[in-house]
Amino acid sequence: MPTPIDLNFSSTHEWCRIDANIATVGISDHAQGELGDVALTLLPEVGRMLQRGDKLGEIESIKAVSDLYAPVSGEVVAVNEALDDAPELVNDDPYGKGWMVKIKMTQPADAETLLDSAAYEATF
Amino acid sequence: MKLTIEPLLFELSKPGRSGVELPACDVPVLSISDLLPSEGLRSTLPLPELSEPEVIRHYTHLSQLNYSTDSGFYPLGSCTMKYNPKLNEEVARLPGFARVHPDLPDTAAQGTLEVLYSMQEILAEIGGMDTVSLQPAAGAHGELLGLMLIKAYHDDHGQGQRCLVLVPEAAHGTNPASAARCGYTTVTIKSDGRGRVDMAHLRTLLTENQENVAGLMLTNPNTLGLFEDDIAEICAMIHTAGGLVYCDGANMNALVGRARPGDMGFDVMHFNLHKTFSSPHGGGGPGSGPVGIKSILEPYLPVPQVVKTDGGYRRDYDRPKSIGRIHGYYGSFLCILRAYAYILYYGRERLANIAENAVLNANYIRVQLQNSFDVAYNELCMHECVFTAKRQQRERGVRALDIAKRLMDFGFHPPTIYFPLLVPEALMIEPTETESMETLDSFISAMRQIASEIETDPAIVLSAPHETVVHKLDEATAARKPVLRWREQHK
Repeated sequence: MPTPIDLNFSSTHEWCRIDANIATVGISDHAQGELGDVALTLLPEVGRMLQRGDKLGEIESIKAVSDLYAPVSGEVVAVNEALDDAPELVNDDPYGKGWMVKIKMTQPADAETLLDSAAYEATF
Repeated sequence: MKLTIEPLLFELSKPGRSGVELPACDVPVLSISDLLPSEGLRSTLPLPELSEPEVIRHYTHLSQLNYSTDSGFYPLGSCTMKYNPKLNEEVARLPGFARVHPDLPDTAAQGTLEVLYSMQEILAEIGGMDTVSLQPAAGAHGELLGLMLIKAYHDDHGQGQRCLVLVPEAAHGTNPASAARCGYTTVTIKSDGRGRVDMAHLRTLLTENQENVAGLMLTNPNTLGLFEDDIAEICAMIHTAGGLVYCDGANMNALVGRARPGDMGFDVMHFNLHKTFSSPHGGGGPGSGPVGIKSILEPYLPVPQVVKTDGGYRRDYDRPKSIGRIHGYYGSFLCILRAYAYILYYGRERLANIAENAVLNANYIRVQLQNSFDVAYNELCMHECVFTAKRQQRERGVRALDIAKRLMDFGFHPPTIYFPLLVPEALMIEPTETESMETLDSFISAMRQIASEIETDPAIVLSAPHETVVHKLDEATAARKPVLRWREQHK
């Protein structure tokens, strides 16, 4: 799957699509491939304040349970509830319907610490 | 006879069938509704109805589906699935041991207490420790006890602020879990290019957290099957920083009789009797994870501890600084007894043969398979070796999981896969000392055939297993939509 060019990535494989001050967050195609079939996602409740690097939630695949980390600081303003019934969206459409949370950013400069698509692809 | 999936008892049930015929009741019959309140009664109870031979055959068929060290080679890395000698079972069934009641006074259980006391002494000598508590019921329970002792030691010495436990990247997953359970925060030490503790990173962590390091947990040999050759220096650094060093003894099969964690500088360790000392492992449980300690930790040991006095053996509860109880009565006694029989069977001189042959067998497999699969760190290993199927995954789309499934077609239990985590597509093989060269050769030949199939016919590997009772399972659906119990509509 080609990596969309409008995304930014953390070194822990979360992606962000930043639109004004809202960052939509998911995990990369590379990450879902390494995890294998996703069985469950545990995501924060709306309203939670997160610092960049905080544990955002957990993702459980048939192989392992992994932590998810907030790529930017801010307040969780939406959670993808579709994943409760269809966690496979993370595998099938990691950059689209498999999104996990939307964060209202409190530190816009966080975006500058992330990798662009080309840099992420070159690293992983 | 070809084995097939065994139906559930519910599916085999026929209304009205039963295993026993009871004689007519010879006392007045009372109605159950007169005896119990109506809200406690139900009109239906769907229990299976079968005859005795049907039940016996059902369970015998299930037992035939088992795979164990009694039926074949079981190279499950990190688990030490060695053969369990039947002599152990005979000893554990001696009525004086098997039927001893835990509430007997010490004076009436001298033989049992002698076994426990002797095991404390024997394990202390094997580990190079000063004394041992046999109480923990498993390895992770031993880890928890070890950390509780470390915490008690620091608290007793006015060092309660020490809140960090350092754990190398290659540690067993239970290590950080035990530390967290004990209230510690874990800090991961990186591995270096040789798969060992990165000494520069360790030095940095110690400098940054000087007053806060409670200790370090280390498996030696580590989970890559490599001996941590800087261990003396690592222990010295932790001691200088005021911390204590914990040895996860899960890999003791590589060392037993040849090297002692106590001599390397460790302050506390656990043994897995169900690994190194051949008591049954897994479903047959319980396990046993005795903890060995240096004398500085002795005041904090859990009660009771078995002691020898002029008047015989007794359980000592008079330990004012003890952390208290961690197990009802005294540990997993029959498990300890099996391990005791195993150690006495080998004796002091021959115990080292265990480690020697375990290491030899692992290196034999490593060298015989190094042209078929890439070895993660290709050097002399200890009791287990780790391969990576990264190349096969990249070039042929065949993953470690597929290789493991294909091995089942050859009649072998698969090795551990995807552990240790720092090796991508890991296949971790631990043959143990009990296997003959013929068994190792037939395993090697199966692995070589799989390697060649990956090149010529990957589909046969990707769709494996073909010869087992159940074929490839849909693990994703099983995890996403688990069916946890049988219901009438499944019939």
